[in-house]
Formats: sequence, C-alpha cells, structure tokens
Amino acid sequence: MPDADEYLHTVTVTVNNVQYTVTVEPRTLLVHLLRDDLDLTGTHIGCDTSQCGACTVDIDGKAVKSCTVLAVMADGSSITTIEGLNSDGALHPIQAAFHEYHALQCGFCTPGMIMRIRELLRENPNPNEREIRHGLSGNICRCTGYHNIIRAVESLAAGARKS
Amino acid sequence: MTETAALPYVGRPLRRREDFKLITGKGRYVDDIKAPGMLHVAILRSPHAHALIKPIDLATAKAASGVRLALSGADLAGKIGPIVPNWIMPGTKVPDRPVVAIDRVRFVGECVALVVATTRALAFDAVGLIDVEYEPLQAVVDEAEAIEEGAPQLHENVANNITTVYKVGGGDYRRAAREADHVISLRVANNRLIPTCMETRSILAEPNADGTLTVYLPSQVPHMHRRWIADTVGIPEHQLRIIAPDIGGGFGAKMHLYPEELLCPFLARTLGVPIKWWESRSESHQSTHHGRAHTEDIEIAFRNDGKILGMRVATLGNVGAYLSNMASGGPTVNTINFGTGTYKIENYEAISKVVVTNTVPVDAYRGYGRPEGGYIAERAIDAVARHLKLDQVEVRRKNFIQKADFPYKPYNGAAVVYDSGDYEGCLNAAMKAFDYTARTSERDELRRSNCYRGIGVAAYTHMCGMAPSRRLARIGFNRGGWESSRVSVDSSGRATIYSGSMSQGHGHSTSLAQIAADVLQMPIESIDVVQGDTRQVQAGHGTFNSRSMAVGGSSVHVCAKRIVAKAKCIAAGMLEVDEKDVAYQDGHFRVPGTDIQPLSFAKVARMAYLGHTLPEGTAPGLDETMFYDPPGMSSPSGVHMAYVEVDPETGIVDILDYVAVDDAGTLINPLLAAGQIHGGVVQGIGQAIWEEVSYDRDNGQLISSSLLDYAVPRAECVPNIRSSFQMTPSPTNPIGVKGIGENGSIAAPPTIVHAVLDALSPFGITHLDMPMTPPRIWSAIQNARTGARQ
Repeated sequence: MPDADEYLHTVTVTVNNVQYTVTVEPRTLLVHLLRDDLDLTGTHIGCDTSQCGACTVDIDGKAVKSCTVLAVMADGSSITTIEGLNSDGALHPIQAAFHEYHALQCGFCTPGMIMRIRELLRENPNPNEREIRHGLSGNICRCTGYHNIIRAVESLAAGARKS
Repeated sequence: MTETAALPYVGRPLRRREDFKLITGKGRYVDDIKAPGMLHVAILRSPHAHALIKPIDLATAKAASGVRLALSGADLAGKIGPIVPNWIMPGTKVPDRPVVAIDRVRFVGECVALVVATTRALAFDAVGLIDVEYEPLQAVVDEAEAIEEGAPQLHENVANNITTVYKVGGGDYRRAAREADHVISLRVANNRLIPTCMETRSILAEPNADGTLTVYLPSQVPHMHRRWIADTVGIPEHQLRIIAPDIGGGFGAKMHLYPEELLCPFLARTLGVPIKWWESRSESHQSTHHGRAHTEDIEIAFRNDGKILGMRVATLGNVGAYLSNMASGGPTVNTINFGTGTYKIENYEAISKVVVTNTVPVDAYRGYGRPEGGYIAERAIDAVARHLKLDQVEVRRKNFIQKADFPYKPYNGAAVVYDSGDYEGCLNAAMKAFDYTARTSERDELRRSNCYRGIGVAAYTHMCGMAPSRRLARIGFNRGGWESSRVSVDSSGRATIYSGSMSQGHGHSTSLAQIAADVLQMPIESIDVVQGDTRQVQAGHGTFNSRSMAVGGSSVHVCAKRIVAKAKCIAAGMLEVDEKDVAYQDGHFRVPGTDIQPLSFAKVARMAYLGHTLPEGTAPGLDETMFYDPPGMSSPSGVHMAYVEVDPETGIVDILDYVAVDDAGTLINPLLAAGQIHGGVVQGIGQAIWEEVSYDRDNGQLISSSLLDYAVPRAECVPNIRSSFQMTPSPTNPIGVKGIGENGSIAAPPTIVHAVLDALSPFGITHLDMPMTPPRIWSAIQNARTGARQ
C-alpha cells in the first residue's frame, strides 16, 4: 500500500477572518477540516447524505452544506462559521432571536439553521411564513417542530422590524 | 447578596440560560471532545439479516495502515458481556446477546468485528479489508409472520419467537359483547420508527492515570449507564465516571445499553489510551434502536348511543433481534395497560406478545407504549363514531372518564391509576380554539365542490415517572422510581443544584432553577444546575418517561425546603429566638410582631459555614441531599384537533391547522412546555404521514437506511402548532406538575389519522394504516373509485 503522505494536499482557507494553511487527505471534507483541524466544532455533522443541514457554513457569501465540499475545493475561499457571527462579543440578531423565541432545544441543528437563515434573510429580507418554511426545508430540526424557529425568523423580517 | 428575587419564578416563560453556548457554537457534544493520543474505532456490521458466521480473517485488516487492533466476536467472548435487559417482565425468555456476534448474526447492522486505528478514516478503510464468510439463513421481519408455524427461529430458548406473554383486564368482556348492540373489529399497525436525534451516538472512553476511567457519553441516564457498563465490562462502579455533556436530542434512543458503549471502555482499558467512536447517520439507522413496531387487533362492543361496553385487544410487539433494555415491558405493561385511554371502558381483556424478528432491536421512543396504547383507544372510539355516524366529539364526551372519577382505576384493574384530569375541559377548550362548529360546516360545504377536508380529534392520557420504587420490582423493572438532588449553598448564600435528571434539550438548567428559586426565595442568577457527571452528581435515574419535572423537580423542591428549614434553625440561633417564631419571607429570616432586625439568607449561610453560633445539635454547613421517591405517577392528558385537506389527485395531505390543549398540571415554564408540545406533535405528525422503517420482507434488508430514505418532517411540511394549556395539578407530587415531553407524540398520530380518514370518508374509506403517505392515500382513493365503478 502506498504511503498516504504521498497524496496529501495543502489547503489555505480564511475562516472567520483568520487565514489557515492545512495539510489534508484528498478525501477530507470541508466539515472535517473545520472540526478536526481547526477545532471549530460549532459546525455539526447530522447525517451522511447532505439531508440535515447541520453543517451549513458560509463560503464566499453563500450558505453551503460543508459536507458537500471537499476541503481541497475550498482552497482559497473565505468561510464564516457559527463561531464567526458574534466575534465582536455581541450576539448576531439571528442568535438573539433564537434565544428570545425559544427556537432551539438540544441546539444541535442550531448553528446550521442560523447560517442558512442568515442567507435566507440576505436573499429575501422580508419573507412570509411560507417562504421561511420553504427556505428552511434543507435543514432538519427534530426538537422544536420548527414552530419557534419560524417565529424567530418572522421577528427578523423587515416588516416585523419596522412595526 | 444585593440582588432581589422576582418571585415567583415557577409559571413564568423565562428564556433559557443554556442557550448562549448553543447559539454561538460553543456547545460541547461528545464528538467535539478530543483526548490526546486517542484512537478511533470502526465497526464492521452484518450485511445479512440472519446468517451463520464462519471464522473471520482479520489478518489483512491488522496489517493495514494505522491499525492498532482488530477483533472479532470470538476474541471478545467471555471477556465482556452479555448484554442483559434492564426490564425483564415476569416469565420472559431472555435471549443471549453477545456484545459482538460470535457465530451467528440476527439483524442487518449487528456488530461482527471492529478495528482500532489512528484516525476514523483509517479505521473504516481497514474494516473494508475484513474478510467474513456468511452462510445466510432464512430471515423474518414481520411480527405476525414470526409467530407462524414454520417461521425461522431466532433463539434456541425463545420458542416461536415469543419472549413474553402478558395479559391484563377487568370486568367481563364476553358479557359486554353479548349485551352490546354492535361488535366491530379492526387491525391497526403502529409503524416502526427511527427516533432520529440530530446528534447521533458518540463515545469517548479515556483512561485516567489513577486507574479510573472516564466515559463521555450522550446519555439520558448517566448513573444507569455507569451501573450497566460497570456490570457488563467488569469495572468497579466507583472507578467509572460517566460525563454526559450537551446532548443533541434523546427521545428515548439514548437510554439503552448498546454494544459500542461497552466496547469503547473495554478497548480503552485494554490499550490504555483514549478510544473514540462516532456513529454515522446511516450506521445509526441500523444500530440505534427503533421505536413502535406493533400490530394491534381491537374488538369493540358498544351500544347504539355510542357508549362502549367493552373492548378486547391483542397486540404483537416487534422487538427486533434481541431484547433491548426495556423491550419486554414496553409492548406489555406500557401499552395494553393503557388501551382504554381516556374512556370508561369497564370490561377489558387484553393480551400482548413480545416477538423477536431479524430486525434492529426496538425499545423506548418518546412515549414508549402510550402512543401505541393510546392509538388503540383512539382508533376504537373513532371507529365507533364512524360506524354509528355519530359526531366524533360527542362519542368521546359520552365515554370520557369524568372529573369526579379521579383518581381513576381503568377497568377496575390494579396496575393503572390516573391521578387527575378534566378531559371535558380540554375538549371544550380545544373545540373553542379550533372553532369546531364553523369548521364542520365549512368542511361539509367544501365537499360539495370536491374539496376534501377533514377534521380529526384525539384525546390522550399518560402515566409519567414510573414509581414508587417498591412497586417496580413486581414488573421486573430493575431500577428505582426515585430521583436524587443535592442543593449545596455556598458561604455567600448562592446555591448549586446537583440533579440526577438529565437534560437533552429540555432546559433543566432553567426549569430546575425556577423551582429552587421559589423555595429558596433567591434570584435565579444565584442558582446553578449541574447534571450529567456521575463524579459530581451523587446519584440519579435520568430523564425518560416524562419524569424530570414531576420526580426530578419535586426532588429539588423538597431538598430546597430542607435547606430553608436548616437555615431557619440557624437563624433562630443567631436571633436568639425560638425557631417556631421565625418566618422566611422575601429572602430574609424575620420574627413577625417584633422589631428584631431581619437576617438575610446570605448571612445565615455564612454562619452555617463559620459554625460559631449554631444551635446545640446542629451540624455546620448548608448542604442537603435528597432521594425523592414519589408516592405515585402523574397523568397528563389533553385533546388535540387537526384540520387537513387531501388532494385526491396526488394523495398529499396538507395540514391546515393544528390545535393542542394539554393538561400537564402546574407548568414550571410555559415557554418550554409549549416547545415540548410543538416538537412532540411534529414527531407524531411524522409518524402519521411519512415516517416508516422499511425492511425487505424476503431477506431482511433495511431499505430506509439513510435520511434519504427515511422521511422526517421538514419545515415546509408541517403547520404551526396552536398550543394552550389547562392546569389540573397532580396530587402525586408537591409541586403539582405532570409529564409534558411525550404528550405531543402520543396525541398527534391519531389526531392526524382521524382527520385524513374524515377527509377520505366521501370515498367510503374507513381505515388506512400509518404512515399515510401520498402513494398510500392515492392508491386507496383509486381502489375506492374502481370499486365504486364496478
């Protein structure tokens, strides 16, 4: 069997405004690079078929399930994870709304949910309930029945904020 | 202390204290934890449902890159195991269950061999190199087929694949059937489910320099796991520390004893290094225990006016290939004891058989037995209403146990006591919230234009917090019914609660602190809650059976009262008055009717630790431990209603509205209580419409083997849940609380099924089994139309 080191690749990524250079196997997924190499364990793994969305992060301005990206494909990209949302110490408005509306129970899906909602509100600052539910259909929550997650996002919609 | 307490805390929708770490990515789940030098385990699982194993060749795997150890079941035989259930009903035949299969596998996913390597990926690479030759045997996956003559036999000591037969009842069913105007029967299936916690199972076992072992485990029952692992691996219990950090959901799935939970501690002790195992989702589908999987035959005898005179029930509980922890009790005591539900059915005859099959073991999942038993009662009453063309609400009203009947013993049996309730009150509140009369008219009106809407109703009750301890021996439940708590006040007057309950997203850090804050008359900010560490928490049973507030919360309440009693005694000494003259009000010890300066709790706490002026016979310190064993169990109840529309061209069910009125006694935190209802209801909707574990009946292959093939509800598939509460305090505990966590998953399946059947009634469809998927509904409509044309 050939030595695995022969296949190693060097990947440079900027995560939460910090640049990292990491050596990885070609098969390493971005989510594993984040969790295992960078110790950013706020990004979770909930499945192995890209169904659950727990691993959602922001890659160059787009919410992406980081289990669908090989680490080598992320070379040169800029990534934001859940740990990067409140880097100035204050909670991000989505994080604050999740607390206020009891939009989490076990919290395992929460980081992925929040990263997806961040993009949803960027694309559509004033979503209605149907649009929110559709927009979150790639993220599974097993605890809340989604009810309070929807309330939290509704509270952040432009219409709600104005009133 | 200068903070003032905003009493009372109980009953207020406080936001959760545990949220901040979880919303900022600082939660700490087991797979987030690394130990220096840790090795990873990967497990080879059986691809066959039933097969003999020939000797396993591990040589290639052992030689692979990064591999430190490879073992088969034969290597482990006699060293660890067997896995023994924790609830063994009298008369049960317990099959042998090795930790790793030795010469025969009995389900797809059973552990066959394992590899320990330097990385998870290398461990999996090596697992792929293990050479196993199987000799396939005939498999059986269906519980009804498994007990037929000639069916494949799974275990030598389990004749006809039946481990347990249990009967319960009261009155005289035969007489009731003779006196009835009608007797009808139906067979319903309670579909097999996968609990699907978003965090799969994970374990890190770390040997310590002092010879002890720390096991990080997402456990609903850390102290129980400590006992089971100690007993099965052969580690002295006091040298084993279980730490359950943040847990990504449990729903029952994280309270059983799994092979991996034994292998990791064993390997860590054998190799002297930390051992990590993490379960992939697809692996979880074939190794983490499933739920439900019952076939239920129901016969109902009733009068023309809808009054049910008697009911006969026979169930088959499919428990998979081996008896998991509670598997002999769930389909028996937990299910058929509750077959009459919220109805006064005095003549009842029920039998349950527990059946092994070549499938993943089945054990507790959110409600364990009550969703199955409640479904019997609700499908029965609905069938009566349908048969007599009576209003579904009025039939329920006619048969309800009345408020004055509590405490109520169904069918005059000895096993079940419903402590309290007001079912009519819940029904009336639900009808009002749902606007039942107007909705009924709207449904009827729309049917004229071929718009198929349906209204579903279901009532439920439950019994939570198995207790008292001395009663549990009779049913072979090898645990106590108590919960432990310790309230430790420091010398500044702040408190730490050590609770044996175990939050998995429930919010105990908030709710238990609310209970303590009211008794201690202390700001909630001055109270910390510690759970999930057997080294820190004295003892406990954990969280299951909706027991945490009624048993764990009561334990905290009573323990905090002991603290106040002792502090009062110390205060009396400091104030030089008689203890009976001292009152504790607003966080101060006062002597009413005098001008004696009140003493703050903090000052008394300091004195407790100084010990200078303690009354004779009073020991220093302000620290109490409580083992609270409840006198009985709490019975929450409720009525749920759903409004659905079925598209006959696609079979798709659209849930237009869902109303839940639940009576869980006193609510500690209504925000968290509603959250439990929302989540439980949506899991129940999942069972009713989409979720089902699918096996190939011929060869026992697991078809729904990933989240691609097993449909849990998505945000866009489910409605808002309009939850409200009625509060009938439980007389079985000092704070009047009842269980809340499992109520939604008990109520929602029949509610949705009834709504869909109501929508399909114009087609003459009277029964469909769960899950009522679009193909199943569409086919039923096509068959009905074809039948009508013929």
